[in-house]
Amino acid sequence: MTNKKVKVATVSLAGCFGCHMSFLDLDERLVELVEHVEFDRSPLTDIEHCSSDCDIGLIEGGVCNSENVHVLREFRKNCKILVAVGACAINGGLPAMRNHISLEDCLNEAYVSGVGVENPQIPNDVELPLLLDKVHPLHEVVKIDYFLPGCPPSADVFWKFLTDLLAGREPSLSYELVHFD
Amino acid sequence: MNKSIVIDGKNIPFEDGQTIMQAATAAGVYIPHLCHNPKFTPHGSCKLCTVKVNGRNCSACTFPAAEGQTITNITQELNDDREKITQMLFVEGNHFCPSCEKTGNCNLQAVAYHLGMTDNHFPHFFENREVDASHPDVMIDHNRCIFCTLCVRASQQEDGKNVFSISGRGIEKRLVVNSESGLLKDSDLDVNDCAAHICPTGAILIKRTGYKVPIGQRIYDHSHIDTITLAAEGASHDE
Amino acid sequence: MQQFIRQLAQENDFQSTRLLKILRAVQARYFHIPKAAIEQLALILSIPRTQIQNVIEFYSFFHLEPRGKYDILISSSITDLMVGQEELINYFSEKLGVKIGEVRADGVVSLNNTSCTGMCDQSLAGLVNGYALTNLTKSRIDEIVENVNKQLPLEQWSSDLFTVADNIIKPDLLLNQKPTQGEAINATFARGLKETLDEVEKSGLRGRGGAGYTTAWKWKFCSEDEGICDIEAQRQKQRYIICNADEGEPGTFKDRVLLNSYADSVFEGMTVAAAIIGATQGFIYLRGEYLHLYEKLEAILAVRRNANLLGKNILQHGFDFDIEICLGAGAYICGEESALIESLEGKAGIPRNRPPYPVTSGYLGKPTSVNNVETFLAAANIAIHGGDWFANLGTAKSKGTKVLSISGDCAKAGIYEYPFGTTIQTVLDDCGATDVLGVQVGGPSGTFISNDEFERKLAFEDLATGGSFIVFNNSRSILDVVHNFSHFFAHESCGFCTPCRVGTSLLKKQVDKIVEGHGSAGDIVALEELCQLIKNYSHCGLGQTAANPVLTTLERYPELYQNMLKKISYEPGFDLDKSLETARRMAHRDDAAAHLAQVE
Repeated sequence: MTNKKVKVATVSLAGCFGCHMSFLDLDERLVELVEHVEFDRSPLTDIEHCSSDCDIGLIEGGVCNSENVHVLREFRKNCKILVAVGACAINGGLPAMRNHISLEDCLNEAYVSGVGVENPQIPNDVELPLLLDKVHPLHEVVKIDYFLPGCPPSADVFWKFLTDLLAGREPSLSYELVHFD
Repeated sequence: MNKSIVIDGKNIPFEDGQTIMQAATAAGVYIPHLCHNPKFTPHGSCKLCTVKVNGRNCSACTFPAAEGQTITNITQELNDDREKITQMLFVEGNHFCPSCEKTGNCNLQAVAYHLGMTDNHFPHFFENREVDASHPDVMIDHNRCIFCTLCVRASQQEDGKNVFSISGRGIEKRLVVNSESGLLKDSDLDVNDCAAHICPTGAILIKRTGYKVPIGQRIYDHSHIDTITLAAEGASHDE
Repeated sequence: MQQFIRQLAQENDFQSTRLLKILRAVQARYFHIPKAAIEQLALILSIPRTQIQNVIEFYSFFHLEPRGKYDILISSSITDLMVGQEELINYFSEKLGVKIGEVRADGVVSLNNTSCTGMCDQSLAGLVNGYALTNLTKSRIDEIVENVNKQLPLEQWSSDLFTVADNIIKPDLLLNQKPTQGEAINATFARGLKETLDEVEKSGLRGRGGAGYTTAWKWKFCSEDEGICDIEAQRQKQRYIICNADEGEPGTFKDRVLLNSYADSVFEGMTVAAAIIGATQGFIYLRGEYLHLYEKLEAILAVRRNANLLGKNILQHGFDFDIEICLGAGAYICGEESALIESLEGKAGIPRNRPPYPVTSGYLGKPTSVNNVETFLAAANIAIHGGDWFANLGTAKSKGTKVLSISGDCAKAGIYEYPFGTTIQTVLDDCGATDVLGVQVGGPSGTFISNDEFERKLAFEDLATGGSFIVFNNSRSILDVVHNFSHFFAHESCGFCTPCRVGTSLLKKQVDKIVEGHGSAGDIVALEELCQLIKNYSHCGLGQTAANPVLTTLERYPELYQNMLKKISYEPGFDLDKSLETARRMAHRDDAAAHLAQVE
């Protein structure tokens, strides 16, 4: 491992932050990790944009709206290695289960005709990102270099993957570490 | 028994009438597959069991073993392509493992694990497919059907019924139920039928049994599909 | 309806093998297959309703929902596109007042695209209620629209609309023969069955459908161990002869002409083959698109029965044989011999696992020889003139002549017969093709050859073809051709195996992405990888050749593909901005933030 710290950025797009929580399950290993790693843009640091020289981008969640597209592109532009983390990033996951319902029906149910809706209207503030008609996995929007499956991937998966990369090895996960659930 | 074929450099004995798959399984050699089950007539459609027989691609589950065959099974090239074929199945249907009752016990998932698949590679189809929960004990989630026809064959060959069939052409293919309404509740499927239990994915599920086995104790949590399959199908061959 | 179905089933001896024939009649009468008909047929034919459902959903010409009283289909073969298919079908759609793919509100008419109808020498082609329409122009479309709106019965439409010309431009060895009825049968028995089979072997005749299996061997395998050419011995065991007239390869139409003008010889070839292998029953599997030939062929069969060229004790040779015509219903895959057999058995046309091959286990599990129309025509003439007569022409590995269907950018589209070994340049000169960009030899499943390769030869050892020969001049775009062919294969994949079912649809998407200008750096590699998977792992010839349009053009024109790519590392395969359309509309927004650029 080199002396210069490796810059890692993370983000959760259409995800539940479960992958980030799992990352935090590294517990005491986080201490060892930060000796080699510096966190850039991440919900863990509250830094809002990626530095232009990030080494690794860890992305949780799929792409469900226009903002997700912008953020994903920012990561792709600024991270040497982009990693799809978790089921949603890899195949859309739970949010993609809305894909068999038309967006029109989804919005109507949520904001117009659903049970308990008061003052029905579709939110239209220009600050709000618009929803894509389908939720897409990351690899359908930008090029992805590695995939860490799991819902969420366990802390051991993050550990193995990152320590492999830090050691200059091609990351490889054992059978026990690969699961789609 | 003195006739033999060679698989990955190993002599494998066979008897006349055996397929390559049968000979391999009996000898403890695993060839990845999804649509094959030794109890039923081989189908040859998933193509995961493709092996090179004297340099030519053949489906091991349907191709007869014959003297003089030199076969490659486990090679980087074949396994890479098997992974791609598995990925095709994943993008064709809607396979969301975390919300599927079959997860951990699913052959599609286990084959993917075995082949080291971590992503779906191709663009997803995200086709709209139905769920038929009409039957009191059994449900069909068409999102997870891979058209292996195991339920079709099990119903015909084991249950003596004709509950399932595959209909349509090309990418429009779909599993259909033999009842006037097309619903499972109006078919003569019984919860104890082999066809209700044979699905390699979570497309046909027995109601009220999901998630009973805790994570860590499910079939594929610690064991590879090759070990599990050889134990199950090797025994079945011996019957 | 109940009585109609009952009678229909009765006319077909309650045989489920006749399911396609029965369903064709139901479809013709009710413009769809009503649910009640499925139930009734399942009951009286003693088959599961799902088999009927599967057949309806499998074949393009059967429908679960009603089509129009006039169901109009327009061929979307590449040769149709070359004469402006898109503009003309839109014109048709506008004039009829019906959207493509839909039924007009009054239920009178429906309009849709269909795969090549085998009329590439008289494009634009179409079908109305299954009957071929040719040379469609705006004025002919106007006439049809008027007929439809007046609800004029088809019999009262101008026969000119239905004229199908033979367009035989260059006959050679086979097409110049006009043997008399019974000549081949008599010659066969005079020489002896065994001796005639020897002549067929000596002729070197190979299957004319494209695959090129040696005909004599196929016939021998069909009756192995059973005393070949011994009619008495063979009567003990049922065997079948099938004539494959399901020429669905886009650009092929020679069988249409052979059956229109040489049917007697084709039937005679079948009869000779039947005598040799000991079959008592033959079938012609005629593609549904050639419905216009059906009555004519039935009439010829009737004449032959009257002349004792079919039936019992044919020409006093102690040999029984008859032929039944079975119509397909719109499925390219049924040209594959085992899929064809499945279809003849009243099922979806899904290719079987092999072995066993049809010669040992074919129709109803009996030994069956499936041969091409042209093969039977050649065999009949070889029976008369002997093997050498045929083998004198051609090359070492490809004997005799080949009948080509030539279409596309040439002065005279039509039927040309050439000895094997003829160069592409000779063919191009003869058909009046100038300024040629390339030729699709053997249809979409064959090879695209560039104008550097016109000295190559028609032969199994060089350019094999089932007969399709489509010429493209320099005004054409190769990628448009590939685009059309990729959509064709995705539409025609039977869906049995994963690599073809999923792969051809993925290939269609990937080709669309590149052709529409959304490709980026990695997309050619992805394209090629996908092609190899489909080619190497598919179950049958359809899948194994479905990637040929891409592979053969990518090999010859890599720069053409490269030039379509954007100079960026990646671009999404779907339209990002379009995916925001619904949300934009519902939120009444059109500000800058309500849009997405496809690439940054």
